[in-house]
Amino acid sequence: MLHQVLFIIFGVVCVAGALNLLLQRHPINSALSLIVVMGALALLFLLLGAEFVAAVQVIVYAGAVMVLFVFVIMLLNAGVEEHTRGSRVAIFLGIPGLIAFFIFMCWAIGSNGSALGQARIGSFYVPTQELGIALFREFLLPFEVTSVLILIAIMGAVVLARRER
Amino acid sequence: MVPLSWYLTLGAILFAIGVAAFLVKRNIITIFMSIELMLNAVNLTFVAFANHWHQVSGQVFVFFVMVVAAAEAAVGLAIIIAVFRTRETLNVDQVNLLKL
Repeated sequence: MLHQVLFIIFGVVCVAGALNLLLQRHPINSALSLIVVMGALALLFLLLGAEFVAAVQVIVYAGAVMVLFVFVIMLLNAGVEEHTRGSRVAIFLGIPGLIAFFIFMCWAIGSNGSALGQARIGSFYVPTQELGIALFREFLLPFEVTSVLILIAIMGAVVLARRER
Repeated sequence: MVPLSWYLTLGAILFAIGVAAFLVKRNIITIFMSIELMLNAVNLTFVAFANHWHQVSGQVFVFFVMVVAAAEAAVGLAIIIAVFRTRETLNVDQVNLLKL
Protein backbone atom coordinates (compact mmCIF):
# COMPACT_ATOMS: atom_id res chain seq x y z
CA MET A 1 0.00 0.00 0.00
CA LEU A 2 2.81 2.39 0.97
CA HIS A 3 4.69 1.35 -2.16
CA GLN A 4 1.66 2.13 -4.35
CA VAL A 5 1.15 5.54 -2.74
CA LEU A 6 4.84 6.45 -3.15
CA PHE A 7 4.88 5.17 -6.75
CA ILE A 8 1.79 7.20 -7.67
CA ILE A 9 3.12 10.39 -6.03
CA PHE A 10 6.54 10.25 -7.68
CA GLY A 11 5.22 8.89 -10.97
CA VAL A 12 2.81 11.83 -11.22
CA VAL A 13 5.64 14.24 -10.36
CA CYS A 14 7.77 12.62 -13.10
CA VAL A 15 5.09 12.90 -15.78
CA ALA A 16 4.17 16.44 -14.71
CA GLY A 17 7.82 17.54 -14.91
CA ALA A 18 8.24 15.93 -18.33
CA LEU A 19 5.06 17.60 -19.63
CA ASN A 20 6.29 20.92 -18.21
CA LEU A 21 9.55 20.42 -20.14
CA LEU A 22 7.47 19.93 -23.28
CA LEU A 23 5.15 22.91 -22.72
CA GLN A 24 7.50 25.61 -21.38
CA ARG A 25 8.88 28.00 -23.96
CA HIS A 26 11.92 29.22 -22.04
CA PRO A 27 14.88 26.78 -21.90
CA ILE A 28 15.70 27.55 -18.25
CA ASN A 29 12.18 26.47 -17.18
CA SER A 30 12.59 23.26 -19.17
CA ALA A 31 15.96 22.61 -17.49
CA LEU A 32 14.54 23.11 -13.99
CA SER A 33 11.58 20.81 -14.69
CA LEU A 34 14.01 18.17 -15.99
CA ILE A 35 15.83 18.37 -12.63
CA VAL A 36 12.48 17.63 -10.93
CA VAL A 37 12.00 14.58 -13.20
CA MET A 38 15.48 13.30 -12.35
CA GLY A 39 14.96 13.74 -8.61
CA ALA A 40 11.64 11.87 -8.71
CA LEU A 41 13.25 9.11 -10.78
CA ALA A 42 15.97 8.76 -8.14
CA LEU A 43 13.24 8.06 -5.56
CA LEU A 44 11.67 5.46 -7.88
CA PHE A 45 15.11 3.79 -8.15
CA LEU A 46 15.21 3.66 -4.35
CA LEU A 47 11.80 1.93 -4.33
CA LEU A 48 13.21 -0.67 -6.74
CA GLY A 49 16.14 -1.39 -4.40
CA ALA A 50 18.85 0.40 -6.37
CA GLU A 51 20.24 2.71 -3.70
CA PHE A 52 23.61 3.42 -5.29
CA VAL A 53 22.03 4.09 -8.68
CA ALA A 54 19.67 6.56 -6.96
CA ALA A 55 22.62 8.37 -5.34
CA VAL A 56 24.50 8.51 -8.64
CA GLN A 57 21.35 9.73 -10.39
CA VAL A 58 21.17 12.70 -8.01
CA ILE A 59 24.92 13.44 -8.02
CA VAL A 60 25.75 12.92 -11.70
CA TYR A 61 22.49 13.70 -13.51
CA ALA A 62 20.71 16.26 -11.33
CA GLY A 63 24.06 17.61 -10.12
CA ALA A 64 26.71 17.60 -12.83
CA VAL A 65 24.90 17.24 -16.17
CA MET A 66 22.08 19.66 -15.39
CA VAL A 67 24.48 22.25 -13.94
CA LEU A 68 26.29 22.04 -17.29
CA PHE A 69 23.01 22.65 -19.12
CA VAL A 70 22.00 25.58 -16.90
CA PHE A 71 25.50 27.01 -17.24
CA VAL A 72 25.33 26.89 -21.05
CA ILE A 73 21.81 28.40 -21.08
CA MET A 74 23.08 31.30 -18.97
CA LEU A 75 26.34 31.62 -20.94
CA LEU A 76 24.51 31.89 -24.27
CA ASN A 77 21.74 34.05 -22.78
CA ALA A 78 19.11 31.79 -24.37
CA GLY A 79 15.80 33.58 -24.63
CA VAL A 80 12.24 32.48 -25.27
CA GLU A 81 11.91 29.93 -28.06
CA GLU A 82 10.88 31.36 -31.42
CA HIS A 83 7.84 30.06 -33.27
CA THR A 84 8.91 28.57 -36.57
CA ARG A 85 7.28 26.08 -38.85
CA GLY A 86 9.66 23.24 -38.19
CA SER A 87 10.21 20.15 -40.23
CA ARG A 88 7.21 18.73 -42.09
CA VAL A 89 8.68 15.23 -41.87
CA ALA A 90 8.71 15.55 -38.07
CA ILE A 91 5.04 16.53 -37.98
CA PHE A 92 3.57 14.17 -40.57
CA LEU A 93 5.81 11.15 -39.99
CA GLY A 94 7.18 11.64 -36.49
CA ILE A 95 3.98 12.26 -34.50
CA PRO A 96 1.96 9.32 -35.97
CA GLY A 97 5.04 7.11 -35.59
CA LEU A 98 5.36 8.20 -31.97
CA ILE A 99 1.68 7.44 -31.28
CA ALA A 100 2.00 4.03 -32.97
CA PHE A 101 5.13 3.27 -30.94
CA PHE A 102 3.45 4.28 -27.68
CA ILE A 103 0.33 2.17 -28.40
CA PHE A 104 2.55 -0.80 -29.29
CA MET A 105 4.55 -0.40 -26.03
CA CYS A 106 1.36 -0.19 -23.95
CA TRP A 107 -0.06 -3.24 -25.73
CA ALA A 108 3.17 -5.21 -25.22
CA ILE A 109 3.34 -4.31 -21.51
CA GLY A 110 -0.38 -4.82 -20.93
CA SER A 111 -0.56 -8.22 -22.62
CA ASN A 112 2.34 -9.50 -20.48
CA GLY A 113 1.26 -7.74 -17.29
CA SER A 114 0.54 -10.89 -15.28
CA ALA A 115 3.80 -12.58 -16.34
CA LEU A 116 5.85 -9.59 -15.19
CA GLY A 117 4.64 -9.99 -11.62
CA GLN A 118 4.90 -7.60 -8.72
CA ALA A 119 7.72 -5.42 -7.41
CA ARG A 120 7.97 -5.44 -3.62
CA ILE A 121 10.00 -3.10 -1.44
CA GLY A 122 13.00 -5.04 -0.11
CA SER A 123 12.48 -8.14 -2.30
CA PHE A 124 15.58 -7.19 -4.29
CA TYR A 125 18.16 -4.92 -2.69
CA VAL A 126 21.63 -4.34 -4.13
CA PRO A 127 24.22 -3.14 -1.62
CA THR A 128 26.99 -0.95 -3.02
CA GLN A 129 29.54 -3.70 -2.34
CA GLU A 130 27.74 -6.19 -4.58
CA LEU A 131 27.43 -3.63 -7.36
CA GLY A 132 31.14 -2.79 -7.09
CA ILE A 133 32.08 -6.48 -7.33
CA ALA A 134 29.95 -6.87 -10.47
CA LEU A 135 31.37 -3.68 -11.99
CA PHE A 136 35.04 -4.48 -11.36
CA ARG A 137 34.97 -8.22 -12.10
CA GLU A 138 32.34 -9.09 -14.68
CA PHE A 139 32.25 -5.68 -16.39
CA LEU A 140 35.91 -4.68 -16.05
CA LEU A 141 36.56 -4.34 -19.80
CA PRO A 142 33.48 -2.13 -20.49
CA PHE A 143 34.44 -0.04 -17.45
CA GLU A 144 37.93 0.58 -18.84
CA VAL A 145 36.51 1.36 -22.28
CA THR A 146 34.21 4.00 -20.76
CA SER A 147 37.24 5.70 -19.20
CA VAL A 148 38.71 6.06 -22.70
CA LEU A 149 35.32 7.37 -23.90
CA ILE A 150 35.30 10.04 -21.19
CA LEU A 151 38.89 11.05 -22.06
CA ILE A 152 37.91 11.46 -25.72
CA ALA A 153 34.81 13.45 -24.69
CA ILE A 154 36.92 15.82 -22.54
CA MET A 155 39.38 16.42 -25.38
CA GLY A 156 36.57 16.88 -27.89
CA ALA A 157 34.77 19.39 -25.67
CA VAL A 158 37.96 21.40 -25.11
CA VAL A 159 38.84 21.45 -28.82
CA LEU A 160 35.28 22.34 -29.94
CA ALA A 161 34.67 25.10 -27.39
CA ARG A 162 38.10 26.71 -27.85
CA ARG A 163 38.02 30.11 -29.47
CA GLU A 164 39.59 30.20 -32.92
CA ARG A 165 42.42 32.60 -33.27
CA MET B 1 3.31 -4.15 -3.92
CA VAL B 2 3.22 -2.49 -7.29
CA PRO B 3 2.90 -4.41 -10.57
CA LEU B 4 6.11 -4.19 -12.55
CA SER B 5 4.07 -3.15 -15.59
CA TRP B 6 3.36 0.19 -13.88
CA TYR B 7 7.07 0.99 -13.84
CA LEU B 8 7.43 -0.07 -17.48
CA THR B 9 4.41 2.02 -18.48
CA LEU B 10 5.86 5.04 -16.69
CA GLY B 11 9.12 4.49 -18.59
CA ALA B 12 7.19 4.31 -21.88
CA ILE B 13 5.27 7.51 -21.05
CA LEU B 14 8.47 9.41 -20.21
CA PHE B 15 10.16 8.12 -23.37
CA ALA B 16 7.17 9.17 -25.50
CA ILE B 17 7.16 12.65 -23.96
CA GLY B 18 10.90 12.86 -24.67
CA VAL B 19 10.37 11.93 -28.34
CA ALA B 20 7.50 14.44 -28.61
CA ALA B 21 9.69 17.21 -27.14
CA PHE B 22 12.48 16.24 -29.54
CA LEU B 23 10.11 16.61 -32.50
CA VAL B 24 8.24 19.74 -31.37
CA LYS B 25 10.95 21.86 -29.74
CA ARG B 26 12.95 24.32 -31.84
CA ASN B 27 15.59 25.36 -29.32
CA ILE B 28 18.73 23.24 -29.68
CA ILE B 29 19.39 23.13 -25.90
CA THR B 30 15.84 21.92 -25.17
CA ILE B 31 16.21 19.24 -27.85
CA PHE B 32 19.33 18.07 -26.02
CA MET B 33 17.43 17.97 -22.72
CA SER B 34 14.70 15.82 -24.31
CA ILE B 35 17.41 13.30 -25.28
CA GLU B 36 18.45 13.20 -21.60
CA LEU B 37 14.79 12.57 -20.69
CA MET B 38 14.66 9.60 -23.08
CA LEU B 39 17.86 8.16 -21.58
CA ASN B 40 16.37 8.52 -18.09
CA ALA B 41 13.22 6.65 -19.16
CA VAL B 42 15.38 3.79 -20.44
CA ASN B 43 17.30 3.78 -17.14
CA LEU B 44 14.02 3.32 -15.26
CA THR B 45 13.18 0.33 -17.46
CA PHE B 46 16.64 -1.16 -16.86
CA VAL B 47 16.29 -0.86 -13.07
CA ALA B 48 12.75 -2.29 -13.16
CA PHE B 49 13.93 -5.36 -15.11
CA ALA B 50 16.93 -5.74 -12.77
CA ASN B 51 14.39 -5.91 -9.95
CA HIS B 52 12.28 -8.44 -11.86
CA TRP B 53 15.12 -10.86 -12.75
CA HIS B 54 17.09 -10.23 -9.52
CA GLN B 55 20.20 -9.45 -11.58
CA VAL B 56 22.81 -6.81 -10.75
CA SER B 57 23.84 -6.37 -14.39
CA GLY B 58 20.77 -4.26 -15.16
CA GLN B 59 21.98 -1.67 -12.68
CA VAL B 60 25.53 -1.81 -14.08
CA PHE B 61 24.12 -0.98 -17.53
CA VAL B 62 22.53 2.12 -15.99
CA PHE B 63 26.01 3.33 -15.09
CA PHE B 64 27.19 2.91 -18.64
CA VAL B 65 24.14 4.79 -19.93
CA MET B 66 24.93 7.61 -17.47
CA VAL B 67 28.57 7.74 -18.61
CA VAL B 68 27.54 7.93 -22.26
CA ALA B 69 24.95 10.61 -21.41
CA ALA B 70 27.53 12.70 -19.54
CA ALA B 71 30.07 12.43 -22.39
CA GLU B 72 27.35 13.25 -24.92
CA ALA B 73 26.25 16.30 -22.90
CA ALA B 74 29.82 17.63 -22.66
CA VAL B 75 30.55 17.26 -26.39
CA GLY B 76 27.07 18.38 -27.47
CA LEU B 77 27.13 21.54 -25.39
CA ALA B 78 30.58 22.36 -26.77
CA ILE B 79 29.13 21.98 -30.29
CA ILE B 80 26.20 24.24 -29.29
CA ILE B 81 28.65 26.90 -28.08
CA ALA B 82 30.63 26.64 -31.34
CA VAL B 83 27.43 26.92 -33.43
CA PHE B 84 26.21 29.89 -31.40
CA ARG B 85 29.55 31.64 -31.87
CA THR B 86 29.33 31.50 -35.66
CA ARG B 87 25.53 31.71 -36.19
CA GLU B 88 24.31 33.80 -33.23
CA THR B 89 21.19 31.64 -33.00
CA LEU B 90 19.92 28.60 -31.10
CA ASN B 91 17.01 27.84 -33.44
CA VAL B 92 17.55 24.57 -35.28
CA ASP B 93 15.62 25.80 -38.32
CA GLN B 94 18.21 28.50 -38.91
CA VAL B 95 21.15 26.11 -38.67
CA ASN B 96 20.78 24.42 -42.05
CA LEU B 97 24.19 24.68 -43.72
CA LEU B 98 27.07 22.26 -43.23
CA LYS B 99 29.72 24.97 -43.60
CA LEU B 100 30.37 27.46 -40.82
